[in-house]
Amino acid sequence: MPRVKVGRKSTAIDMTAMCDVAFLLLTFFILSAKPKVQDPLPAEVPASIATFTIPETDFSTLTVAQGKVFFNVQGTDVRIGTLQLMGEKHGITFTPAEQQKFAAIESFGLHVQQLKSFLAMSENQRSQVQQPGIPVDTTANNELADWVQSARKANLGTNGVKLEIAIKGDSKEEYPTIKKVISTLQKQQVNKFNLITSLKTL
Amino acid sequence: MAELDTSGGGKKGGGKVRTKKKSTRVDLTAMVDLAFLLITFFILTTTLQKPKAMDLVMPDKDEKNPEASLPVKASTTMTILLGSNNKLAWFVGEVKADMVPPTVEGYGNLRQSLPEQAKKIKATTGEDMMVIVKPSDKSNYNNLVTVMDELNISKNTKRAIVDLSKPELDLLKTSGIYN
Repeated sequence: MPRVKVGRKSTAIDMTAMCDVAFLLLTFFILSAKPKVQDPLPAEVPASIATFTIPETDFSTLTVAQGKVFFNVQGTDVRIGTLQLMGEKHGITFTPAEQQKFAAIESFGLHVQQLKSFLAMSENQRSQVQQPGIPVDTTANNELADWVQSARKANLGTNGVKLEIAIKGDSKEEYPTIKKVISTLQKQQVNKFNLITSLKTL
Repeated sequence: MAELDTSGGGKKGGGKVRTKKKSTRVDLTAMVDLAFLLITFFILTTTLQKPKAMDLVMPDKDEKNPEASLPVKASTTMTILLGSNNKLAWFVGEVKADMVPPTVEGYGNLRQSLPEQAKKIKATTGEDMMVIVKPSDKSNYNNLVTVMDELNISKNTKRAIVDLSKPELDLLKTSGIYN
């Protein structure tokens, strides 16, 4: 019997289609990507069945965890406006360079007085700073109230829309801290706000 | 082909120089590797699920005129006191000396007791149940969100978050969920 010769096939596969798909996916992910922002104050949010997605603009988040409150407002213009109003209130003038730097900061929890030195730091140093949180005393020294008020004014001024406020609280956070934040908001007649939660199925 | 012969000499005398026909195929393996590496990177760094938010409407606090509040019938209210150790106590009506002692239970039981009480109140008074949530200082944020969520699940729209009063605090203490 003559041996049947099997023709040796090349092991190289045509990669063109695979390459196409890979780059298509890559393009999609790059375009839809919004980089994860490292939160300076990690908060494990509780779960709820609420399905309302938080908006990307005209939005301010108050992160509450470990007894501290951090503040964030969306939009660089609004941030700059907020800082200016805040500076006026507390008698601090911020240079345009400092304002630009402030606009790039997502969330922070500092006294207004500390802000200038914080902005002077490099990005690396900033991440190492232990931020004490924004003062939310029920007494006169309630900087959070000033921040929220400035942000609301700035947002109305630049975007012409009312600012929505959300509380992003840690599950384990004691109620008194949350109560302080809520009563701060209520003092400004902000009676409707959002609680950021993760999605839970019934 | 029209190419310059740079081989110099021309020993073979006018013979056509043939350049080898090269395949136009490029090895794409490395490129695909790179593409998938980047895809993995972007998948891992993006937040695909955007955070959700729950609406919370607080009762309007009029500081200049604290008396201007809407009176609510005691018989239609269910008060939920949030205590420590993930326990709550609820009762219907007012805090009185001869009241039915509050029911102490976990947050999971609210799923049954909320619709039950709503039905009962609807049957006896003909009105919708008003739920008053009173978080104590020993409760945490998760407790509050859970209660609001349960109210959403049971489709109860009449609710309010109110501060704890002194008799209610005592009630929590006697129920043993304030420590």
